[in-house]
Amino acid sequence: MSHPEVSTSNSDNQGPVVLEIQNLNKNFGGLRAVKDFNKTIRKGELVGLIGPNGAGKTTVFNLITGLYTVSSGSILFNGKNLVGLQPFEITKLGIARTFQNIRLFPNLSVLDNVRIAYHTHAGYGFFDAVLHSQHYQAKEKELTERAQEFLGVFNLQDRQGEIARNLPYGEQRRLEIARALAAEPQLLLLDEPAAGMNPKEVANLMELIHFIRERFNLTILLIEHQMRVVMGVCEWITVMDFGEVIARGTPEEIQNNPVVIEAYLGRGAAVLSKQLSEKRSNAA
Amino acid sequence: MEKSSKISALYERAIRERWIGKGFLALIAVLAVGYIGFNAKESPSLFFQQLINGLQIGFVYALVALGYTMVYGIVRLINFAHGDVFMVGAFISFFAIDRFELHIWPSKVFPAIHPNLSLLIGTLTTILMTMVFCALMAMTIERFAYKPLRTAPRISALITAIGVSFFLEYFGALPFVFTPNFITYKGPFPTTSWYIKGGIYKLESGVAPPDGSVIFSNILIIIVVTSLILLSILQFIVRRTKIGKAMRATAFDKPTARLMGINVDGVISVTFAIGAALAGAGGILYATAYRQVVFLMGIMPGLKAFISAVLGGIGSIPGALVGALILGQAEVLSAGYISTPMRDAVAFTILILVLLVRPTGIFGEPEREKA
Amino acid sequence: MKTIPRSTLLFFGVYLLITIVVQALISLQLLTVFWSKLLLFGAVMAIVSLGLNLIYGFNGQFSLGQWGFYAIGAYAAADVTFRWTQQGSASGLVILLLAVTLAGLAFWGVGWLLRRVPGLDPLSSFALYLAGVILAVMAAVAIGRPLIEPVTSALALLPSNLALQIVFFLAVLLSGVLAAEISYLFGLPVLTLGSDYFGIATLGFTIIVKVLLDNSDTILGFEEMKGARGMIGIPQATTWLWVTIFLLVILVATRNLLHSSHGRAIISVREDELAAKAMGIDVASQKILTFVIGSLYAGLAGALYAHINGFLHPNTFNFIKSFDPMIIVVFGGLGSVSGTVVVSFIWILVLEGFLRQWLPEGFENWRFVVYPLLLIIMMLLRPSGLMGGFELPYLRQILPPLRKNVKAESTAEAQGD
Repeated sequence: MSHPEVSTSNSDNQGPVVLEIQNLNKNFGGLRAVKDFNKTIRKGELVGLIGPNGAGKTTVFNLITGLYTVSSGSILFNGKNLVGLQPFEITKLGIARTFQNIRLFPNLSVLDNVRIAYHTHAGYGFFDAVLHSQHYQAKEKELTERAQEFLGVFNLQDRQGEIARNLPYGEQRRLEIARALAAEPQLLLLDEPAAGMNPKEVANLMELIHFIRERFNLTILLIEHQMRVVMGVCEWITVMDFGEVIARGTPEEIQNNPVVIEAYLGRGAAVLSKQLSEKRSNAA
Repeated sequence: MEKSSKISALYERAIRERWIGKGFLALIAVLAVGYIGFNAKESPSLFFQQLINGLQIGFVYALVALGYTMVYGIVRLINFAHGDVFMVGAFISFFAIDRFELHIWPSKVFPAIHPNLSLLIGTLTTILMTMVFCALMAMTIERFAYKPLRTAPRISALITAIGVSFFLEYFGALPFVFTPNFITYKGPFPTTSWYIKGGIYKLESGVAPPDGSVIFSNILIIIVVTSLILLSILQFIVRRTKIGKAMRATAFDKPTARLMGINVDGVISVTFAIGAALAGAGGILYATAYRQVVFLMGIMPGLKAFISAVLGGIGSIPGALVGALILGQAEVLSAGYISTPMRDAVAFTILILVLLVRPTGIFGEPEREKA
Repeated sequence: MKTIPRSTLLFFGVYLLITIVVQALISLQLLTVFWSKLLLFGAVMAIVSLGLNLIYGFNGQFSLGQWGFYAIGAYAAADVTFRWTQQGSASGLVILLLAVTLAGLAFWGVGWLLRRVPGLDPLSSFALYLAGVILAVMAAVAIGRPLIEPVTSALALLPSNLALQIVFFLAVLLSGVLAAEISYLFGLPVLTLGSDYFGIATLGFTIIVKVLLDNSDTILGFEEMKGARGMIGIPQATTWLWVTIFLLVILVATRNLLHSSHGRAIISVREDELAAKAMGIDVASQKILTFVIGSLYAGLAGALYAHINGFLHPNTFNFIKSFDPMIIVVFGGLGSVSGTVVVSFIWILVLEGFLRQWLPEGFENWRFVVYPLLLIIMMLLRPSGLMGGFELPYLRQILPPLRKNVKAESTAEAQGD
């Protein structure tokens, strides 16, 4: 059952609405993967989307970025409807994402992975490229320097020539995030960025997320399973299960929400948690 | 106001429901049907003759198509070498009959036996032996050329399949293996033909059939009967036996099948074997019907069988039969009404149209996004 | 003015040297005609295979259609020069020029129209493009007819050899563009299919082209092509010089393209289509672009091929031979331009040259037993190809120098992650 509260998120933030999703539905044949999903995200927010496996979280990402076609509903990005647009058009409007299983360009160098993000505004055309004209050479130099500086921001500049698939896992994830940011998005979708990381890497990741939000003036929507990351980084959380939103709130509210606990751990755990919190408040 | 919004609504529908594309296809279909219909009216007996010829080649294609569809369903490989198995079947049976007279071996061993019974047993033996040989050959190929590449990019397996195909053809062309020449096939059983005109009459040798009659031979009956028997056996295996269940499971989800304790390697081997056996049988039937056997004979029928599988829905067994019958019919009609070389062009045009309109084929599931 | 890197000078220098040496050998008749023609053939094969390498090695699309475009290029160019030399008429040249230009305009026009209709399905778009092309060709024939006479007369004013060279050059170029346009038309609906099906569709295309060529005198109405009997009387205008010029231009253009942002975009499609889309790359456009360029190369190569021996036979273009460029590209190493060129020459010189000469009578067919075995072994043992990822320095991607004064801003990535 959808949470009764409508789509407002963190009530402190009164910035402009960046992403407005209304009554989003996605059906795969008979399977209703996403049901009446609503969400409003304002500029600068860091929002989490959590839920058990198969809840529909990545499906929502894919719907936003155009990889899946919307069955019904609307997705407005800065007022523009994204429904029906091609993925690359959506990226050009200012939304970038990372993937659950890191999708770098495995045989390309670190530098090239980032340079591809600049392709849409490379500044030269096809014929300039084939002829290696002066114009091409100037613009390409600019592009490359920009990319190298960008790598520097993420401390990857020394690795610029390395082949992406040879990088250690943590650096691959960092590169993927850097690459997404090279596309200069306003909204960044991170799909389980902490997957497969050890605690130290997770801590680094959390710092990185805070850093990029400041540095690049981003709005971030994050899917994550590791509660440490979710609770430590997100300001506002939406919980999904079976394609529907079952709860919204701050990290503290979500942690103690019995509906959420039931979704993740089952009815027994929810009851237990209720008893525990009652005991705690009695003891207090 | 109303009129323009009605027009724009219509316009929207035209785009969404792909009217231009469908209109284009409809135009082609109408032209084709019209052309055929016109010719059918001109000469109905020719038309029915085509239908019968189409039936004959259609069933042969079906046998080969099954191998393609089953192998693709299970390992996602388009086995280019499959058509050459068909060729090997034809050659092996030829040598068995020509050199060793395998088709009448009971008469050699039991001289008192009735010749027809001997022929029956002998023919069945020949067919069986050929099928077994082809099956073993395919299993060997799979084991040594395809299996090592199961985890490699698909393209490596595809190119290897092309390599195996070339190798089978030209190795077979070597004089001490088969022969580079054309061979006239001697079928295991004598041919009897009938003609239909007002009734069914036996065709005497040396006597021309009257104009406007439709001719068919016992070969047609044997092909149809044999194919149906083999297809029924296959359907039984796939639907009713444990190994069939294992095959379906492996085709559906290989890693899970492995986890369930299914011997996936064995199942893949068996799939190749069954497909090859059917293709080998198809080779015998084809050679019996069309007489000419040569080392390159498997290429075109192989590709046509593949198109049949795509048309019917790759991975679907009934689809392979239906697709093959349709394609066989289309081929014969084009050969009859346009020209013989054009039948190949028509076959591939059908392929391209199928891929454009409904790539999953007749019995395949309609395209969905991956969940 | 930037200094030219050493690798560039080396490349051009060596290329020039080889060109001059071989030309000398030919002119001094130290090389027999048989071997000179093989060298021409090798270069032509290199151009076709480069096209395929672009489509498959760099863009990741498994295409078996190169041979079909090769055939189209060959017959189109042959017809133009045939009509010039045998019939004294510029009819082929004029009609082809007009057809190609008007079809190009039609593409542009339909494309403009389709941009106003977003979301039209591939099949309908294809139908519209096809209609546009048919109209364009009809218009070309109508407009061209009266122009044939004046153009023929104008060309006749020039010295005969110069006129031939002009006609030949234009024929080659136009045939290449023709192949490219047909590939655009065919590729639009077909590139939306997945990799396997795309391969089969392109194979179908090659087969259909061959069947049409078999019937070129009947169904297509080009009597001089003589259908399955083969076309003769084509001027042998392809020389070593022409071939090296074309090959050089194509090599440089390909290398430039691949080193640019467009090249990276093309490669990204091969690497991971989904990620490329997420990075703002219009994957469908990249596929079409690469397919068209690759087909352009195939058309140019075919046109050059037709003028080596002066005759054409549809059997050369049967689909079994269509695997040749695929095998060359794989042998040479996908994504290695140098590998493709080297293996192309080796392929022709060895398979058509040495083996044919040295193998005893009756053993010619052994070539076709040996090479698939080699192919299978290669796939099993060294799938990256003979030259793997190796590239000559000029052709190789140069890593731009590190910028020393870049400082890390983020604190989250101390050394020893």
